[in-house]
Amino acid sequence: MIIAKPKPIEEIIETTKEFKRILVVGCDGCVTVCEAGGRKEAQIVGSALRMYFKQQGTDVKVDEMSLTRQCDRPYVAQLEEKIKHYDAVLSMACGAGVQFLAETYKDKPILPGVNTCFIGVTEARGEWTERCQACGDCILASTGGICPIARCSKRMANGPCGGSANGKCEVNKEIDCGWHLIYERLKELGQLDRFEKPTGPRNWNTSRDGGPRKVVKEVSQP
Amino acid sequence: MTYPTNLKIIKLPCSGRVDIIHLMEAVEKGADGVIVAGCLEGNCHYQVGNLRAKKRVAYVRELLDKIGIGGERVAMYNLSAGEGSRFAEIAREMTEKIRQLGPSPLRGSGGNRSPRPGTEVAA
Repeated sequence: MIIAKPKPIEEIIETTKEFKRILVVGCDGCVTVCEAGGRKEAQIVGSALRMYFKQQGTDVKVDEMSLTRQCDRPYVAQLEEKIKHYDAVLSMACGAGVQFLAETYKDKPILPGVNTCFIGVTEARGEWTERCQACGDCILASTGGICPIARCSKRMANGPCGGSANGKCEVNKEIDCGWHLIYERLKELGQLDRFEKPTGPRNWNTSRDGGPRKVVKEVSQP
Repeated sequence: MTYPTNLKIIKLPCSGRVDIIHLMEAVEKGADGVIVAGCLEGNCHYQVGNLRAKKRVAYVRELLDKIGIGGERVAMYNLSAGEGSRFAEIAREMTEKIRQLGPSPLRGSGGNRSPRPGTEVAA
């Protein structure tokens, strides 16, 4: 899922303070699971903003609600009636949700309430870690199910590099060396021959180097 | 054993039930202070409820500081169910602290004004 973290309240105050009627919109998707921008977090931000503005003596209306997803048109359309009564929307969704609201409601300022971080997993309660960089050309079949693009700090296609020591990365000793993990896993699987044929240069066109991407599945189209 | 009458007690099965939004709402609705009274650390019937409450109280205190309300209006205390006199002492202590801080800045203009300083307690 998409992992995000809440923006500092000071930053949210800074971007919302020029408005008189603010709607905080949570998203029930990924950001609910990573406890950054779901209904609960929207309520907390809404409450904090109301208290801040009241204590400043400014008359600002702040309400909260949440949408099933902010990255699908039918759910985004559910805002249509309500949004008319507000000057700005603070979207607690990932960057995709914020942009989808902005392109749907062209006359409303849509402000981000979270910082979108990465595609990852729930490592433990309250802890999320990165697993995928959405490079568009998955090579997990040849790397023991461990991604060198997401897990190696240098995104090396052939590793480990000389900076790997005791299974840790030179970038930060807290980070596991992705290629060390791959080596250990391939050893376990009896696939160490993978290291005998180095991978050629990657084609990064499927990643960000090819510009903004698009996926079309014709059979699913109307 | 007497404690100030301005306290409104909210009973909960465990301090671990207290969520961030509950503390925020109490302050937003005009409470001058909020005490979360949990069991002694290491003595939680549900193992870690009071430790969870402790983290949430710390989170809310920080947030209230950032928005200019003052985090010291929310406090966590640990005591056992048998310590009635300690509870009265805590209630007096918190009431005195809140009196020094003055009424909540949110009760300044109409709305949720109550006749005397209110402190909510969740246990």
